[in-house]
Formats: sequence, structure tokens, C-alpha cells
Amino acid sequence: MKKPTALKILDIVTLITLLGATAMVFFYAPIERVMGAVQKVFYFHVAAGWVGMLSFLFAAIAGVLYLVKKTKIWDLVGVAAVEIGIIFIFINIVTGSIWARPIWNTWWTWDPRLTTATIMELVYIAYLMLRQGIDDPERRSRFGAVYAIIGFLSVPLTFFSIRIFRTIHPVVIAGSDPSAVGTFDMTATMFQTMMVSIVVFSILFVDLVWHRIRLGKLANQVEELKFNIQD
Amino acid sequence: MKAIIEVRNLIKRFGHKQVLRKLNFSVQQGEFVALLGSNGAGKTTLLRILSSLSKPNYGEIQIAGYYLPGQAAQVRKKLGVVSHLPLLYGDLSAEENLKFYGRLYGLSDFQNHIEEILQLVGLLKRKKDLVRTFSRGMQQRLAIGRAIIHDPEVLLLDEPHTGLDQDAANMLDTLLQEIASRGRTVVMTSHDFPRVANLATRFDVLYKGKIHSSKLAKDLPQHGLLAYYQSIVDEIDTGGGIQDAA
Amino acid sequence: MQPKTSFFKAMFAVVWKDLIAELRGKELISAMLVFALLVIFIFNFALELDPKTRSALTAGILWVTIIFAGNLGLNRSMSVEKDRGCLDGLLLAPVDRTAIYFGKSIANWIFMLIVAMIVLPIYSILYNTNIISPALFLVILLGSEGYVAIGTLLASMAVQARTRDILLPILLFPVILPVLIAAVKASAGILSGFPFSDLQTWFNLLIVYDIIFTSVAFMVFDSVVEE
Repeated sequence: MKKPTALKILDIVTLITLLGATAMVFFYAPIERVMGAVQKVFYFHVAAGWVGMLSFLFAAIAGVLYLVKKTKIWDLVGVAAVEIGIIFIFINIVTGSIWARPIWNTWWTWDPRLTTATIMELVYIAYLMLRQGIDDPERRSRFGAVYAIIGFLSVPLTFFSIRIFRTIHPVVIAGSDPSAVGTFDMTATMFQTMMVSIVVFSILFVDLVWHRIRLGKLANQVEELKFNIQD
Repeated sequence: MKAIIEVRNLIKRFGHKQVLRKLNFSVQQGEFVALLGSNGAGKTTLLRILSSLSKPNYGEIQIAGYYLPGQAAQVRKKLGVVSHLPLLYGDLSAEENLKFYGRLYGLSDFQNHIEEILQLVGLLKRKKDLVRTFSRGMQQRLAIGRAIIHDPEVLLLDEPHTGLDQDAANMLDTLLQEIASRGRTVVMTSHDFPRVANLATRFDVLYKGKIHSSKLAKDLPQHGLLAYYQSIVDEIDTGGGIQDAA
Repeated sequence: MQPKTSFFKAMFAVVWKDLIAELRGKELISAMLVFALLVIFIFNFALELDPKTRSALTAGILWVTIIFAGNLGLNRSMSVEKDRGCLDGLLLAPVDRTAIYFGKSIANWIFMLIVAMIVLPIYSILYNTNIISPALFLVILLGSEGYVAIGTLLASMAVQARTRDILLPILLFPVILPVLIAAVKASAGILSGFPFSDLQTWFNLLIVYDIIFTSVAFMVFDSVVEE
């Protein structure tokens, strides 16, 4: 299976836009008055969180489609989305910690978003462990689909439950809670940089999912060839 | 005579492994069919699909006039299944197990019926005992009792002789003959040639996911089953097998 | 002649079967109960509970106990179905798969409530304080419903996996968290003597979560048992 030209082009586009976004973060967006340079982590922090959520949403949708149609491709999409989502949420948590250390004076707080992000990470690690524990490929896909749906359903409920505790996380967009520590007024250039980061990370996400699905298909082919040899 | 089981072009895959390859299979009402074949030939898979526990990838299945998997509920009412596991609850007595399954099949006022079945499988005296205190042979007999509680038209058995001693196996055979003599259709897989030879009216050999050959019992000489099976295995080894691999 | 056995008849048959079997062996409830007591004792020494700190922790300890014991019960309840192939036996019958699901869930729910009913007075005696109240019972009723709704579904997945012994808590605990949070908060409020109106939010949340989890489990159960 040759690498499709569209994918090659997308690879290049991803690389260039990623470099562009990085340049914007460092040279275009201003340094925030109170927090200083560390605030720059914010752009990729938000973008990674966004892509992570998007991935898990995709996984849940792919789960529903798999259960309805029972076609292998939706299982591949589901696994791809979960694996990539885990990486991005991990980036999100780590960058969050880097930001939190100087601002909140701690690596970790039991803030709703932080806690929810970490639980979400655990849900999808459980997803991978579930798949690992099942040998029959058809059953593995089926159970994975079911768990991706339940996991995605549970995460917002968890967030909602913890939310009722008071939050210290900055509400960046439509910030209304004045008591939140680390809130800042976004300038126009900051906002532009954030939006660009989100778009670029979304492109990166599409690129990675594409690669992962292709990898899954190739792995399937290898399996098939192995079986043919045995026969 | 009308076919009670009709299977056409059945394909079943597990991952990339194709276990059943366009299998065609037909059973007339009242026949007692023995499915023979080496391990991995697809016998258990075929029985699981016929019993509605597993869905085929492709193919048409009709049992007692209903289609699988579309009309699974109707088919299930007509089927009794005995697998190599007893499908019984150890913490329930023999009687309670039958009562439970009777309810699942929607029977009512079946106390007398349960006694009859316990009588038939020779467990009436132990009806109050917990199933986990039963020997393997007794569990297997009760498993057959469980499978026929709703008086199914078709009985499917997967290796029912496995793990039974001589006496228990003899009792099982008598029981199966009794059921077959009532005009019920039976499909059974087994490795126990001498026993199968006495029971079945037809022998089908499964090879690489297809019915390779089929022979009626009346067309075989006495004690001829093993020789017949051996001839097929030889034929596969010399001719068909190698061709197929190439 | 309708093809399927009536939903309620099949569901109650499953509940009846589980209750009778449990009445016989009492294996499941006694294991859950002993385990629950051990958890309470472990907490006692691990946290050095003195009367002052304890009152603030009671709700949390209670729920951790219930959830751990419940996990044990769920695992056992589904292993029984798998061990002698009984799950196949259930699936061979002309019944709705969801009737099987609800039957198992109701039986598991009853077992959890029985354990809670025994643990509450024992806890009260051990710490010389009365924590029994209708409101707390209502929280346990609602909280454990959500727990068994998802738990029964995930346990029927876990028993079909190679790693079945370790899988259930890993699958179940992260997704059951919203129910746990609401249940702990409601219980803590009741134990501190807050009026019911203050806890309305948590009760509402519990009800909403129960409905969401039960209906989703109901919708996907087919896919978990049907090959």
C-alpha cells in the first residue's frame, strides 16, 4: 500500500503550519503583563486540550457507527482517536502543570478541569487495557466501541459533579469568575494566536488519525498474509 | 420430505481466518446427523451459528421455516442445545434449574412436565440436590433435560460424550435414541466413532469449512464407519488436501 | 403464539434464580459483607479515626466500602454466568437480551442494598453514633442503582476477557465517579444534619445520572452479549 499523495501533502502542510503557530506564539503574541513568558504555554495547552476532547468525541461516534454497521473501519477510527486523544490530553495536563507551578504555586490542584482531564485519561487507558485483554478481534472491537461510548458519556458528568466545588481554574473564554486566580484579559493578538494554535492542532490531529488508520490497515494486511501462509 | 435445517453458502470469519467457507448443509425432519471432522474443521462454529449464538458473515440459514439471524426468537423456541459445558447453575437444584429454564421459555404449569423430564433423564430421585454435587455424567443428562424442556423440534449437541465414563455414555445414548424415536431431528458432533455409528442415520464429514462428503448409515456396511472416515482422510491427504493448499 | 417470552416473566425468572441461588450458598453476600467490614477496619487504623475527624469522613468511608464490596459482588455474579456456560444458556432462550440485563441488575442491586442494610447498623454500633435515616437510605438506593446499572454491563464485558479478574474495577471506577461524587456529597450533607432542601441538587443529579446510565447500558447491552 503506497502512501497516498494527499497524505504526503498533508504531512508537509502540518509541519509548516505547526512551525508557523510556534513562531506566532513566540514572536506575534505579546508577553502577558502579570504572568510573564510562562503564559505562552497557554496556546498549545488549550489547543492540545481541544484536540484531546475532539479525539474522544470521534472515538465515541466511531463506537456508535461500529455497533450499528459492524464494519472494521470504524473500529480502526475508534482506536486511532483514543490513542491520539490520550497523547494530547497528556500534553494538555503536562503543559497545564508547567503553567500552574509559577501561577498557582503548585504542580497540581484538585481543580475540576484538571481532575476531569486526568480521570478522562484514566478512562481511556482503561479502554486500551480492555482491548488488550480480549483475544477475539471481533469481540475486542465490539467491547471497545461500547466502552468508548460509556467513557465519553461519563466524562462531562464527572466534570459537572466536580464543578459544583469552587474552581480556581481561569475561565479563559467569557471569563466571569473574578475570584479565579490566573485570569487575564486576552488582547486581540493573543486571541488570534490561540485560534491559530487550535486550527493547527486540529490539522495535526487529522494527519495523525490518517496515519494511524493507515497503520491499522497495514497491520490487518500483515495478519491476513500470515494466515494465508499458514493455510 | 421437507428440510428442517437448510444452510446455503455459509461463511464465517474470525479475524482473517475463514472457518466456514460457503458451507451448504441440509437436514431432513427426523434425521440424526453426525458431524465428523478433525479439530478446527468448523464443527463447533457451525453448531454455534445454527443455535443462534453466533452470527454468520454471509449465507442463508433456515430452521423449521424461520430465518437466522432475523427471526432468532422463533428459531430459539424450536431449538434445544447441548454444549460441552452443562449450562446449569451449580447452586440450584436439578428441579430449580429446569424450572428456571422452563420460565425462560415461557412455559407455565410445568411442574408435572419437569417430573417427567427428570424421570426421562433418570434424575427424579435427586431432584432436590444441588447440581454442583452431581457427577459429570449426571450433569450432562440434566443438560439434555434442560435442552428438551420446551420440546424442541431440533436438538443440537456439541461433543456430548466428552468426559463421560462408559455407563454415563451408554445412558446418554439410550436417551438420545429415545428422543430420536419421537421424530425429533438431531445434529451432533462427536469424536466417539463406535457410539456415533450406533446412533446416527447420516454421517457428514466437515473439512476446511465445508461439508466434504455425506453418507447415509444404511449405505454403510456394519462397523464400516471408521473405514469410511479413514478413506476420506486418506483422500484428503493424497489428493484434495494438497491441491487445496496450492 | 408470540415468539418471545414476555419481558417481565423472563426478567423476574432471572431475579428469582439469582436470589434462590444466593439463599442457598450465601457466598456472594457473605463475601461482600466480610469484605465491607474489613474495609471499615482498615480505614479505622489507616486513618486513625477519632470521633472528631471521623464524623467528617463517615460518608466517604461508607461509600468506598459499598463500592468495593459491590465490585466484588458484580464480578462474582457475572462469573457464575460464565463458568458453566450459563450465559449461553440464557442467550439460547427466546427472551429479550435486555430482560436478562435488567434481571441481573435488579438482583445485583438487591444484594448491594442488603449489604448496606447490614453495614449501616454495624457502623453505628462500632462508632457509637446513629447514622441510620430514611434520607441516607434513599441516597444509597439511588447511588447503588447507578452503580449496578453500569457495573452489570461492564462486568458482563469483563468476564468475557482474558484478564477478567483485574479488569472490572479498572473499567468501572473511572466512569462511575459522577455517581460516587453526588452520593458522597448527599450522604455527607445528611450526616451533618443539613435540611433536605440544601441537598436537593445532589439528589437531582443522582436521579439524572441513574437515568442516563441505565438507559445507555440498556441500549448497548445487546452488543455486549450478542456475537
